Amino acid sequence: MLRSADPENATPASDATATGAEGERTLVTRLRAGEDAAYEELVRSYGGRLLAVARRFLRVEEDARDAVQDAFISAFRAIDRFEGDSRISTWLHRIVVNASLMKLRSRQRKPETSIEELLPRFLDDGHFADPPTEWQQTAERALQRRQTRERVREAIDRLPDSYRTVLLLRDIEGLDTAEAAEVLQVSANAVKIRLHRARQALRKLIDAHMREDLE
Amino acid sequence: MTCQELADFLLRYLDGELPAPQGESFAEHLALCPPCKAYLTTYQKTVKLGQSVCADPEGPVPGDVPDELVEAILAARSRA
Ligand SMILES: [Zn+2]
Repeated sequence: MLRSADPENATPASDATATGAEGERTLVTRLRAGEDAAYEELVRSYGGRLLAVARRFLRVEEDARDAVQDAFISAFRAIDRFEGDSRISTWLHRIVVNASLMKLRSRQRKPETSIEELLPRFLDDGHFADPPTEWQQTAERALQRRQTRERVREAIDRLPDSYRTVLLLRDIEGLDTAEAAEVLQVSANAVKIRLHRARQALRKLIDAHMREDLE
Repeated sequence: MTCQELADFLLRYLDGELPAPQGESFAEHLALCPPCKAYLTTYQKTVKLGQSVCADPEGPVPGDVPDELVEAILAARSRA
């Protein structure tokens, strides 16, 4: 159902003995044969990457781990249907996003924090109440600082669930509006509104940090 | 077009979904209003920053999966 925005980034870089097309094919063969060691290898090779994805959707560590566990169990059951023309990493990535969304849905009972206070405010005549100013650095330059990367991650975590989820699906996972609407079971218009508000709120949350004189 | 309207229309403008007459007033306002210009560029930088930190290879611990989670998953498999 979901595709990864960037399959290359979804691929464990150095930690997997199973990476490389050849290694993956061998691993899949061993999984289908029911070899216990192959299952452990799969979990150890890809588990960390999947946990990082699940943590973006689910703020509670226990929920993120549950989603990863659910994802692996689904993957184990479906290994016979895995088609060799996609990468295991891409396939698992898609499964863990779906598992995270399911977990999130089962958790969404408590009222969300409001996004209103993170949206821009305007005067009666339509001017900005706090006129925005430019950030001097380019995004590339700002990203070189660990502190900036941490600030941005924290800010994403602070977004209310229904907004963060849309931001992750559209901007990070690379789904288009219709696809995000389908997996979230909301209208395309609701996806657009939430995406815009999520980006506005994120902008507001990092604005002070980005305006600091960093050099 | 006011700054407030411009901020509301921003996503549709960037996605190329704003109909021509509104698109033109948007562009006109933008050319003359430094706060809106700053809003647009910082909005775009925000999107880029969000995308980049999530793709960050040295982000939070990819590759490191807690042992107890590995064991729980393998135990769940043998129960299944
Ligand atoms: Zn303006």
